Amino acid sequence: MAASALRRTPVAAPAGVARLLDGVRDDNRPVLLDEHVRLYGPLEPAADLVATLESSGLRGRGGGAFPVGQKLAAVAAQRGRPVVVVNATEGEPASSKDRALLRLVPHLVLDGAAAAAAAIGAREIVVGLARGRSNERDALVAALKERRDRARWSVKAVTDGFVAGEETALLNALSGKEPKPTMKPPYPFERGLRGAPTLVQNVETLAHVALIARFGARWFRSVGTEAEPGTALVTLSGAVRRPGVYEIELGTRVSELIEQAGGATETLSAFLVGGYFGGWTRDAAHPLTVAGGLGAGVVVAFPADACGVRESARVTRYLANESAGQCGPCVHGLAALASGLEEIAAGKTSDRRLHLARWAQQVTARGACRHPDGAARFVNSTLTVFEEELALHLRTGRCRGRDRGVLPVGSRRG
Amino acid sequence: MKRLQIDPIACDGHGLCAELFPEWIEADDWGYPIINPGPVPPGLEMHARRAIKECPKVALRLVSERG
Repeated sequence: MAASALRRTPVAAPAGVARLLDGVRDDNRPVLLDEHVRLYGPLEPAADLVATLESSGLRGRGGGAFPVGQKLAAVAAQRGRPVVVVNATEGEPASSKDRALLRLVPHLVLDGAAAAAAAIGAREIVVGLARGRSNERDALVAALKERRDRARWSVKAVTDGFVAGEETALLNALSGKEPKPTMKPPYPFERGLRGAPTLVQNVETLAHVALIARFGARWFRSVGTEAEPGTALVTLSGAVRRPGVYEIELGTRVSELIEQAGGATETLSAFLVGGYFGGWTRDAAHPLTVAGGLGAGVVVAFPADACGVRESARVTRYLANESAGQCGPCVHGLAALASGLEEIAAGKTSDRRLHLARWAQQVTARGACRHPDGAARFVNSTLTVFEEELALHLRTGRCRGRDRGVLPVGSRRG
Repeated sequence: MKRLQIDPIACDGHGLCAELFPEWIEADDWGYPIINPGPVPPGLEMHARRAIKECPKVALRLVSERG
């Protein structure tokens, strides 16, 4: 074989904002391994991936926004052979970005998991995928057949549900137990799957890891803001021309995202940023950042003729129903929050607004996981942003809006 | 200095702790204890220990402050 045949053509790093979605095909079939390698180059062992991730400033994209390098370092510092768990549960009803990655560019996610595993000395990688996601499962299984990693891979189906993606709930599900959160400490990085130090990372986070392992921290930081570098995937829904998954640089404004999606299809009254653990805003210039409540990257463009009170009541009831049912303040508090909002929405006359604010405060930081905190944040922002509509409901029993089902609440698929 | 911590999964809201240590624990609207997150003053530690001992679910504990 001639020497030239052994030399690889260097692959340029993606120059624009389309990084994770750069390779997505028009026909929406999964990108094959050779196509993936042609676009991004092969995944070489990175010299010091943990340090590179730390200086990249990448934070978890599943909603928790924990610094990724720090998490890897914490797992690597533990005694015992660690395990990597890919959190592919994506339980947020309005989010579909992780599913999009698994279906369209599975090797990017698998590369990230393989690179992270190599960096911390893990040999086993478990993908925890919500049950019923057969397209994603097929794409993963097909992609794994193409690969020659040294890691031991498995794809496991876990119960679907809003709280099922919480790290300890996911680990419990993978261990054949109920998908419910446990008290921390111990954290998964200390004692996770079968007691081993466990790195749990969200699908999108790992896709970013795959590119940082190739192109480095400086490249990653070349878009986004100084405090929050890089790109993020956003699932945009509501009254926009082309709803779907978009890749944005952090710091992009809501209005710029909506423009990218072809603009609004009707007059908008508000935006839900960060999904059901996030909050409402009327400000179209609101920046999409972690500090700005981006969470797991959900944005809903809310039309002016929809009723924010009734839709928020429905979401709050959904969150109450999704409680794991373990902690008293979450069980009773979220149910009370939902009932209070429902009463106002239905035009019952008693003014529950002060109770709602009190209960939202009372449930915050009172659970084994952050589920009550997220629900409280959502209710608080509903009270603030839809203040006028709430007052109108209390005064007249209704408002100008309708319940259009703009905010999906999904159905549990057991 | 030590802080009082609760395991909210274990807690059933019996409410004994809030009665035994009202300086530090109050009941929420459903009877579950809201614990002052600050360090328990040494003069009150005895009350904290009593609340811990009397909790039927063994859901309370004192933890040493880090650093």
